[in-house]
Amino acid sequence: MKTRLILSTALVSGLAPAAFAQELTILSDSSPDTVATFEALTAAYTAQNPDVSFSIETRPGGSEGDNLVKTRLATGEMADLFIYNSGSLLQALRPDRTLLPIDDIENYGQINEAYLSTVQGADGATYGVPLETAQGGGIYYHKPSYEELGLEIPMTWDQFMANNAAISDQTDKAPIAQSYRDTWTSQLFVLADFYNVLQAVPDFPEKFTANEAKFANTPAAAKGFERLQEAFEAGYFNADFGAATYDDGLRMVATGEAVHYPMLTFAVGAFQQNHPDLMEDVGFFAQPGDDLEANGLTVWMPASLYSPRDTEHPEIVRDFMNFVASPAGCDAITEAIGVTGPYLIEGCELPAEVPGMVADMMPYFDEEGRTAPALEFLSPVKGPSLEQITVEVGSGIRDAASAAALYDQDVEKLARQLGLPGW
Amino acid sequence: MNLPTGRQAGSAPSHGRGSTAATQAPAKRRGSPYPYWFVLPAGAIFGIFFLAPTLASFYFALTAWDLFSIRFIGFDNFVQFFREPFLMQGLVNTLLFASITSAAKTVLGLLIAVLLTSGIFAQGLLRSIVFFPVLVSTIGIGLMFAELMHPTEGAINLALAAIGIDGPGWLTNPSLALFSVAMVDIWRGVGLATLIYIAGLSTIAQDYYEAARIDGATRWQQFWRVTVPLVRPATTTVVILSLIGGLRLFDLIWAMTRGGPGFSSDVLASVIYKQYQAGFYGLSTAGNVILFLLIGLIILPLAWWFNRKEVEQ
Repeated sequence: MKTRLILSTALVSGLAPAAFAQELTILSDSSPDTVATFEALTAAYTAQNPDVSFSIETRPGGSEGDNLVKTRLATGEMADLFIYNSGSLLQALRPDRTLLPIDDIENYGQINEAYLSTVQGADGATYGVPLETAQGGGIYYHKPSYEELGLEIPMTWDQFMANNAAISDQTDKAPIAQSYRDTWTSQLFVLADFYNVLQAVPDFPEKFTANEAKFANTPAAAKGFERLQEAFEAGYFNADFGAATYDDGLRMVATGEAVHYPMLTFAVGAFQQNHPDLMEDVGFFAQPGDDLEANGLTVWMPASLYSPRDTEHPEIVRDFMNFVASPAGCDAITEAIGVTGPYLIEGCELPAEVPGMVADMMPYFDEEGRTAPALEFLSPVKGPSLEQITVEVGSGIRDAASAAALYDQDVEKLARQLGLPGW
Repeated sequence: MNLPTGRQAGSAPSHGRGSTAATQAPAKRRGSPYPYWFVLPAGAIFGIFFLAPTLASFYFALTAWDLFSIRFIGFDNFVQFFREPFLMQGLVNTLLFASITSAAKTVLGLLIAVLLTSGIFAQGLLRSIVFFPVLVSTIGIGLMFAELMHPTEGAINLALAAIGIDGPGWLTNPSLALFSVAMVDIWRGVGLATLIYIAGLSTIAQDYYEAARIDGATRWQQFWRVTVPLVRPATTTVVILSLIGGLRLFDLIWAMTRGGPGFSSDVLASVIYKQYQAGFYGLSTAGNVILFLLIGLIILPLAWWFNRKEVEQ
């Protein structure tokens, strides 16, 4: 449709079509993987649509990037396309006022339904398409150490702690790597426990959003904090856990200085970049709960591609998003950064050869009922101070019960700012 | 205090010049030779970029603001800000940090300044070395010391280990983190205090020391009875500047601990920044208004007290 529009305009005005070449702007985050993804997608799209070109600019990640996105959206300075989180963080952008709805793109029906609910506004319209694969939150482990000690993949938390005890008794390796210099990495034991929470209390997200359930008074939800406290008190962390960084954590589990590292599976890209030779030494399993029968993976929805409502090129933007949500788009991404997990677009195929740590997470997706979204994709309520609170629990400054209560207090502000009923 | 300055500045004061100055002074007060519109360019910049935003912040502090919509909510933000679990600790930390660093910079600054004006060997070089940290970017200093203070691989603990001492987790021990940052802030800021003191010391006429020596004063008495009282204007400047700097310090804390571990080294400015990061723009503006008032409440009486003492002298 776009091409037709350009051609007809060209005919009417009698100018060379080249004069109508359109340039779209993209705001990417600064991670090399995201930039490579955008470069591959735009190159593939331009190959099909020679009259459309793109310029990519980058922004910092983390909350600094959040503020940049919000400011540019609020002042009408946003690029034509940008990457941002799905789920609770998206709601803070007020998508129903600021973003371009894309429900009418051709491939809409091919997008995973559970994903779609995380990129919809309060009005029910859809605003984004997945720019990455689904990710899991769980525990990376050092395979050679497991083989050496004859350990099995733990299916319950007790087995996991028994493995840690064995590592601690028989080696001088740290059973668990923690890296609190990058505070966000401290949240994993709590966030990745959510599959287990949902098994015990299936309606926790709705009740949590409605201010009827709390972490402190829901034993299953408070468990995540307790597990972190238990691991700290057992002395299973690396000696420099308070000063180590995310990169240190990856190095420790890749080289076997530490045997476990709880992390999101987006780390595949960083492993590939930092430790390409040790890729196959690292495996992955879901954070186990108390129930042997209910073992599954907490899933993170990928960051998505959005466009501001006031873009000057809504038709090209929709067409580009449609391309991203197609098998050709997935292939471009795979080619650029490799496979990090399962795609959320129907018809997207994974190559036969994937890294072991990615293969380890596939069974969870293949079997019915062995995955569940993380809380932030089921409820808009997410407290900003969780990472400080988990650092406190993981450093022995605060106990689990008071941490859960403090987190309940932390989310109140956000719920009120969002104007949710019941707060 | 005015006397030595006068003596230094007006070499060979003559009665004639003194009296013309006296007769000119009231004339100046009646009408400046410069027209008022000279102030316009600076005034406009000050008004647009400083005054207007400051006044606007008093309004935004009373709203729930997410950049996309704004809702007037009265004093709720202030109520919420004081309910922040770590605000009280942040407030105590702020006051503690400001007083420790301000006191240390004042005392050390004066002592180093005295040393560096005493005609010591390589005085110029030493002055440059003391002043050097002031020129380095604070973030750079913060990152560098965060590495030096690493609990297992940092140079400080490795050096301590070499002499058999098991060094603490400077930045990871919750009861130590704030003081570690304070030490770095003193290291960074003492150069400026020294510079101000050197300027202050150079205005003290040698006559006083001569007179004191003739009266048989020891070095200690000279320092305590002559130097300290006469260098008072410099002390005022150093105390006030370093206190304001300590109260609103943010960059060093953020580069070294981000207020952590947990919340243990949070100060007002880092609590405010975290609210801003989380998208609570109204709330963080309210925090800034509180910080503004707090600094005003501490500094204004202090400045008044210092100035009164000066006049009394």
